[in-house]
Amino acid sequence: MEAKAIRLQGLRKAFGETTAVAGADLEIADGEFFSMLGPSGSGKTTVLRMIAGFESPTEGRIELAGQEVTGLAPFERDVHTVFQDYALFPHMTVEENVAYGLKVRKVPKAERLVRARKALADVRLEGFGRRRPAQLSGGQRQRVALARALVGRPRVLLLDEPLGALDLKLREQMQVELKAIQREVGITFVFVTHDQEEALTMSDRVAVFNQGRIEQVGTPAEIYERPATAFVAGFVGTSNLLDGPSAQQVVGAPGTYSIRPEKIRVLQESARPTEPAATEPADAGAADAGSTEDDEATARATDSAEPEFSTAAGTVAEVVYLGDATRFLVDLDAGGRLTALQQNLETSSEDVAALRGTRVRLRWHRRHAVRVPDPR
Amino acid sequence: MTSLPQAVGRSPVRRLAGTLHRRPRLRLSLLLTAPLLWLAVLYLGSLAVLFVSAFWTTNSFTSEVVKVWSTDNFHQLLTTPVYRQVILRSVGVALAVTLLCAVIAFPVAFYTARIARPERRPLLVVAILTPLWASYLVKVYAWRLILSQGGLADWALKPLGLSGPGYGLVAAIIALTYLWLPYMILPIHTALEQLPANLLDASADLGARAGRTFRSVVLPMVLPSVAAGSVFTFSLSLGDYITVQIVGGKTQLIGNVVYSNIELNLPMAAALGTVPVVVIVVYLLAMRRTGALSSL
Repeated sequence: MEAKAIRLQGLRKAFGETTAVAGADLEIADGEFFSMLGPSGSGKTTVLRMIAGFESPTEGRIELAGQEVTGLAPFERDVHTVFQDYALFPHMTVEENVAYGLKVRKVPKAERLVRARKALADVRLEGFGRRRPAQLSGGQRQRVALARALVGRPRVLLLDEPLGALDLKLREQMQVELKAIQREVGITFVFVTHDQEEALTMSDRVAVFNQGRIEQVGTPAEIYERPATAFVAGFVGTSNLLDGPSAQQVVGAPGTYSIRPEKIRVLQESARPTEPAATEPADAGAADAGSTEDDEATARATDSAEPEFSTAAGTVAEVVYLGDATRFLVDLDAGGRLTALQQNLETSSEDVAALRGTRVRLRWHRRHAVRVPDPR
Repeated sequence: MTSLPQAVGRSPVRRLAGTLHRRPRLRLSLLLTAPLLWLAVLYLGSLAVLFVSAFWTTNSFTSEVVKVWSTDNFHQLLTTPVYRQVILRSVGVALAVTLLCAVIAFPVAFYTARIARPERRPLLVVAILTPLWASYLVKVYAWRLILSQGGLADWALKPLGLSGPGYGLVAAIIALTYLWLPYMILPIHTALEQLPANLLDASADLGARAGRTFRSVVLPMVLPSVAAGSVFTFSLSLGDYITVQIVGGKTQLIGNVVYSNIELNLPMAAALGTVPVVVIVVYLLAMRRTGALSSL
């Protein structure tokens, strides 16, 4: 089997008393878009810096393409980094910045000019070569940093929260562009971010970091649908945990369960004819009023009648209108609080606020209540 | 609300404060009149007197100033070999001191700004500044002792079969370098401290070894601060005459010639005095091109 682009074995890093990384084992395949996701201080950036060679591990081993590089200096490794604040050389022009790595590697002048211009064109910055970094916008600087790191065709590109400083619109645009560029050049990308949405939308696989440890490695769908720990359940997506006695009562078994908000249906318990239900027009009369399409099912929506569904009664504590969807915070009779997310498909958006304080019944498919280890 | 105007009108201090608040020009003129007078009369005024008196002449018998307009003094400055030598020597000394300061200051500043532990850095900066608190004369006389015959310099170099430089041009350059070194270290220290660490990381990441990073990233970014420091070392050295008197032996710099001419030929001294002013203006214009003045 082909050697992995990156292999980390028992990687540990301590700064004095504090342990930044407490043992990381990871394999990243060639050409993969791999994200390291976690809150600040979770050790993801330290792992990245160790791969780049800026920090040396206290313990453990780093392999790049099957070769051990643990003790090598940054300039001896075939990886380039896109820094969080770009780290462009302010005294050089954009073109000089991009060509710097080639110049250092003694690529002839004519060739490096051609390659630098090509790299700038690849990130849609033709004609900006003569400018200084200070004359560029944040998004443009970001792309110069990307061109500078890509022009040397490294085996691995490390990106340290490269989109963090951009505004939302630009960030979403760059997410798409980055992914396209990665697919085009076929280089392994290791992308550090604290933004779960960014990690989910761009990556082939994601490693979720917490307190110096890797909590879970998997595809975005695996991470989101089947969180391995309570931390992952909470950090990726909205934290929606059922535990203790309420879990016992609602799910019917002890433990901690994570349920994604959009998997939960909100059904009106005592629907008045004049008031619309959260999701669909009110089904007047029925005790457990619900969607018209599930009529026959919801009419008898009880645990016994429908073993593949769980239901829980509660009171709407808060209604958050999000435009395309509405978020319901429901205090369960069994204790605890769950968040449910409903698309505003047919509901009149103005009506959802009226549901605050009303009685509802939550319903979800049993397979969407994922058991996670109890929070540490 | 009728109570407000009453409250304002109550005390004269408050009334004055109110007036000042409403009249920003009055406020500004009160603030700046005294310092501007000081600058205009004492500083620019004396420079003007210096410049004007440089065009007067002296009665060679009585040494009295004759207020007759003439460019003889400047003509003499440029044509007399002794004066030309003194001017060139002074500029040479100032340049040598500046160069030495830069060469010594760089590694020191690199250590204090980037290698030393961050919590120790303020202490190191204080240590660098401490010599500036001691009297100039004390320090120069200390160098006189060090460089004296059989002094510390001789004693230290003896095992190598060498002897100290003794008093003279070299001694003057050494002493001046010592005196003005902190003025060079400080701006370089500041520049190095503000140099973003990730630029160094980025350079290494792109394949550059330490030497390359130093030449291509550190040096170009710190150069304006070196130039800023050189403005101090250069101008202070050019204007100095006491150090040269104490450790310079027979060496004569502009300052010494000015000093010795003040009694005998004041207009000549004034003409000589304008030389460093002109040299420094030229130097400042040159340094402005490097961006040094904006990093002061």
